[in-house]
Amino acid sequence: MARNLSENDLKPVAGGGLLDRRLLLKSGLVLATAQSVSTSVGADEVDPSDPPWQRKTGGPFTTYGTPSPFEKYVIRNIGGNRTPAGDGVSWTPLEDLEGIITPSGLHFERHHDGVPAIDPALHRLVIHGLVRQPLEFTVESLLRYPMQSRFLFIECGGNSNAGWHEEPIQRPVGAFHGLVSCSEWTGVPLAILLNEAGIDAGASWVIAEGADAGLLNVSLPLSKLVDDAMVALYQNGERIRPENGYPLRLIVPGWEGITSVKWLRRLHVTDTPSMTRNETAKYTELLPSGKARMFTFVMDAKSLITSPSPGQKMYGADTYEIRGLAWSGRGRIAKVDVSADGGKSWAEAHLQDPVLPQCFTRFRMPWAWNGKPAVLKSRATDETGYVQPEREVLVKERGRDGYFHYNAIVSWAVDEDGEITHVYA
Amino acid sequence: MSMPRHLALAIALAGAIGPARGDVAALKAPKLGTPLKPAEVSKWDRTIFPDGRGLPPGRGTAEEGRSLYAAKCASCHGARGEGATAEDLIGPPKPPTPDNPNKTIGAYWPFATTVFDFIARSMPPAAPGSLSGDEVYALTAFLLSANGVIKEDEVMTAATLPKVKMPNRDGFVWIDVEAK
Ligand code: HEC
Repeated sequence: MARNLSENDLKPVAGGGLLDRRLLLKSGLVLATAQSVSTSVGADEVDPSDPPWQRKTGGPFTTYGTPSPFEKYVIRNIGGNRTPAGDGVSWTPLEDLEGIITPSGLHFERHHDGVPAIDPALHRLVIHGLVRQPLEFTVESLLRYPMQSRFLFIECGGNSNAGWHEEPIQRPVGAFHGLVSCSEWTGVPLAILLNEAGIDAGASWVIAEGADAGLLNVSLPLSKLVDDAMVALYQNGERIRPENGYPLRLIVPGWEGITSVKWLRRLHVTDTPSMTRNETAKYTELLPSGKARMFTFVMDAKSLITSPSPGQKMYGADTYEIRGLAWSGRGRIAKVDVSADGGKSWAEAHLQDPVLPQCFTRFRMPWAWNGKPAVLKSRATDETGYVQPEREVLVKERGRDGYFHYNAIVSWAVDEDGEITHVYA
Repeated sequence: MSMPRHLALAIALAGAIGPARGDVAALKAPKLGTPLKPAEVSKWDRTIFPDGRGLPPGRGTAEEGRSLYAAKCASCHGARGEGATAEDLIGPPKPPTPDNPNKTIGAYWPFATTVFDFIARSMPPAAPGSLSGDEVYALTAFLLSANGVIKEDEVMTAATLPKVKMPNRDGFVWIDVEAK
């Protein structure tokens, strides 16, 4: 139950009972949150003031820690993949996570032919093409270069594609929008390595290739790679996990996930794209005109409410904290507006520090829910002024056959029982 | 934090114009890359361009490709390329329309070289890279012919494949990079 709220605190700033975001700064405030439906085991036999684990030596030291067994349901959802086994996705359970960093073991996956078991001693990065001197780097040598760290989201270009469906899909938010995750990536600025090879004046593209089965390849404009790409070796402080590109991953901030090539083995500097399958047949978006958008690299601003969200439940009229995530491939999130009346009125949410470019931003909003049906929405605006569109607007512009780059406003309906469903509203 | 734009550009251009002024990281960066000779580079280089650069020697026809397809591809893509556990590969050679948003090779793919590149590097999934140059030319010829893009008896080689004009060649608009 929410506590320490004065009458003044409960004055709504928008329809449906949204409260002033500054309320969240008030000390001693306690808000309710929507809960995943859970069962507690053996609660009757144990007195919480004197539980058994306080009365004997605890477990041993471990060389590498893992989550509490009580959190065993917080896992990547591996769903809907076709055969063969290597082609598919696993989703980040966004509804179960807080803050802005995705634990490495829960970072989403999109593999086209499995996870290669790479021995770092046998892995090389080759830079060649329109360069003064083609070069080969060992992983060990790259570890000795000056490094930089950035907190960055990576989002698959196909994330949220169920949004194009005629009917709103009913799934937990992670299994719908969870092909996006956020990590601290650390590595060598690519500009340093390109400089060492010496870029020819006529160069304008780089073809990046991974060392997975299938040698995934994409063409990228040289200007972006020089600007802010890195060859990452670390994710969240430790060496990158195999499924995220061990031992080397190209990180291209704010661009669709396929450009951040995992298991990076080759950069071919050229003057033209190679027109690979994954930039022509796929990762292009067919428009109603019959033309298709191509090289749609930037992930536009997006936001969604992670609590309350489908699969969770609200327990009666109360003052709740709405929680969510926002991000933009174009830079920082400038603001997130929240609506509790299906978009008729909006109020600005509190953005939690830090607010970083091309990174998850956590937003929060106090909400006095009166127990009546409501429709929740969130709408991100980034520092370029780009505003996340309503679904209607996006579908009108793009049609429904584009498949990639769905970033429309997401709507959750809350009914009188506190059940939450996905709606188009 | 990301490197300031002008600095990063300066570093990349330093090869041509001398070391970037004031960039400590670049100046201190060890130069640990091992130079590669052209013969060594060609072992690594797997890029194939729409103009045919990078295509290996070899030749193949649709007829040769048909039996290879039945043996090595049909189990996942369907006996007639209609799709099974994996994508459909055969459709009409007509660019997509709102009523028929078809993205198969003949309808959607802008370049014939892409078919060769993808089969050579990625297919079949259990043994990518196992097909010979001749086999990939034959499979590419088979798929292009079955999609109605080339005639059945056209021989595909490094010279002929890049000349194949795909029906949807002009069906794409570049969004986040300027088209040349
Ligand atoms: C074990 C199943 C399997 C076999 C056998 C197989 N493929 Fe595939 N194929 C796939 C899968 C899965 C994909 C999608 C891969 C991805 O999404 O990256 C695919 C994709 C393709 C594509 C791209 C389709 C598109 O629309 O993007 C082509 C072309 C292709 N395969 C050709 C072949 C050829 C030629 C063979 C025979 C040498 C073959 N495949 C054998 C499973 C298979």
